[in-house]
Amino acid sequence: MIKFDNVTKIYADSTVAIRDISFEVAEGTTTVLVGPSGCGKTTTMKLVNRLEDPTEGAVYYDGTNTQEIGVTELRRDIGYVIQEIGLFNHMTVGENVATVPKLKGWDDGQIDDRVDKLLELMALSPEEYRDQYPRELSGGQRQRVGVARALAADPDVLLMDEPFGALDPITRADLQDEFLEIQAEINTTILFVTHSIDEALKMGDKIVIFDVGELVQYDTPRNILENPNSEFVRDFVGEDITLKKLSLINVDEIMRPTNVIEDTTDQDSKTAVTNGGEVMHHLAPGDSLKSALSTFVESDIQSLPVVEDEETIGVIDRDEIYEIYNGG
Amino acid sequence: MSELYTLVEGGQYLIENFDEFLTLLREHIILVLVSELAAITVAVPLGVIAVRYNRLKSSILSVGNVAQTIPTLAVIALAFPIFGLGFNSAVIALFVYALLPILTNTIAGLEQVDENTIEAAEGMGMTKWEVLRKIQLPMALPVIFAGIRTSVVITVGTAYLAFFIGGGGLGVWVISGINLFNTPQILAGAIPGALLAITLDSVFAFIEHQIGGEGHHDQSIATG
Repeated sequence: MIKFDNVTKIYADSTVAIRDISFEVAEGTTTVLVGPSGCGKTTTMKLVNRLEDPTEGAVYYDGTNTQEIGVTELRRDIGYVIQEIGLFNHMTVGENVATVPKLKGWDDGQIDDRVDKLLELMALSPEEYRDQYPRELSGGQRQRVGVARALAADPDVLLMDEPFGALDPITRADLQDEFLEIQAEINTTILFVTHSIDEALKMGDKIVIFDVGELVQYDTPRNILENPNSEFVRDFVGEDITLKKLSLINVDEIMRPTNVIEDTTDQDSKTAVTNGGEVMHHLAPGDSLKSALSTFVESDIQSLPVVEDEETIGVIDRDEIYEIYNGG
Repeated sequence: MSELYTLVEGGQYLIENFDEFLTLLREHIILVLVSELAAITVAVPLGVIAVRYNRLKSSILSVGNVAQTIPTLAVIALAFPIFGLGFNSAVIALFVYALLPILTNTIAGLEQVDENTIEAAEGMGMTKWEVLRKIQLPMALPVIFAGIRTSVVITVGTAYLAFFIGGGGLGVWVISGINLFNTPQILAGAIPGALLAITLDSVFAFIEHQIGGEGHHDQSIATG
C-alpha cells in the first residue's frame, strides 16, 4: 500500500532527516515508526502525504509515485492525526469531523450520517457531543474527535503522529485498546509514529526502528524482541524483554482447547478454579500472557481455565508460560 | 455651579439648532463609516499578504506605522492640496489614519493561529486558500475585529478635524465654537461625539464578544 524506495530527505539547511530508507507497509496492517526524538520518524511519515517531499528516492502510494499524485487529492485520501490534535476550535465537534467529507463534496445527509457513525465508533454520543466545541472536551475526548476526523472520509491510509502522546497513562492505555478494536473493525492501513517502544510493540503488526536518520530494523514486534539486530535496538527495547514478549502473546494462542483435554487435566483445572460453583481465577482468550502470568502468581495455581461467554473454552498451564519465559 | 450652567447652555444650543445638529451628526457618522469601510477593505487583505509573504511584512507594517505617526492635522493638511476641499479629501485622510490598528491586528490575529491547527488543515488536503478562508481568518476574526473597534473609536475623534478641509461633521460646531469662544456650541458638538465613540465602542465590544464567544477563548487549554 505504501512503499519507501531508497528515500533520502535533506532539508534546505542541509540537515539530513533520513538517509536511504526503504520499507513497505502492507495493506490493512499497522506499521509503527519508532525511535528517539529527532530520528526522522515524523519526517518519514510526512513524506507519505507530501507535507514533505523526498530529496532522493520515491514514495509509492498504492503503486503510484506520490510525486505524480496531486497533493490535495492525495491528502484527502489519507487520514491524518497529529499529536497536538489540531482540532479547529472555532468549529463544533461535528463540523470538525465533517471537514474532509465536505472538502470532497459529499452531500449533507451523507455527511451527517457519517459524522454520527464515527462519533459512535469513538464512543462519543452524537447527541451530546456533535454540537459541542473542542474546548469543552477533555484531552482524551479531543483525541477521539481527532481520530474520528481523520477517519471521516473512509481513508485507505491513516497516518498517526504520536496520537496518544499528550495523554495521561491511563487514558492513553484505554485509547490504545479501543483503537486496536476499531482497527480490527475498519482494517485501514496505518502508519503510526511514536517514541515509546511499549506503544510500538502494542500497536504494531510491523515495527520500523530508527536511529538518527537511519532505519535500523524493520520486523515484527516478536522478532524485534527475540532477535534484535544491533546493540542500538537491544538498548532501545530496554529491560524486561521477556515480560514485553509475554505481553505480545495472547492466551488463546497457546491454550489447549477444552475439547481435546484429557480427563485428568480437565479435573485438575476444575478443582482449581471452582469454589462452590463460582469461578475464582480465570483468563479471557484475549488476555496477554503477561496478565496470565500475573494471575498465576496471584492465585498460586498450576493451570487456569480460559473462559469466554461464561464457558470454559481452554486451559493454560503455568509451566507453558515459564517455557516461553526461559526460551526467550 | 457655572460649569453645570454651561452644560445646560450647551444642551439648549443643541435643542435650538437640532436640525443642524442632525445634519452634522449624519455627516460625521458617514465620514467614519466610509473611511472605516475603505480601511477594512484595504487593511485586512494587506495583513493577509503580509503574513503569507513574510518578506513583505516589514515594509507593509512600516507603511502603516508611518501613516500613524504623521499628526492627524498634518494628514488632513496633506490631503487638501492633493485631493482638494470637501468630503472626499476628508475621507482619504481619515482612511489613512484608520489603517494601522486594523492592519496590525489582522497580522497578529493570523499569526496567533496555532501552527498545528494549520498543519492539520493542510494535512487533510485543504488548499492554501481554503486554510486561509476556513481556518485562519475565522480563528483570527475576534482579534481583527478588536482592531476595527480601536480604529473606529479613533476615527470618531479624528473626524472632528475634517472641518478644516470642508468635510463637515461635528467639528463644524466645535471648531467654530473655539474660534468664537462659544463654549455651549463647543459642548453641543463635543459631547455627542464622545457619546458616539462610547456607543460604537460598546456595540463593537458586544459583537466582538459574540463572535469570540464560541471556542476562541482558552486557546491554551484547547491546544494542550
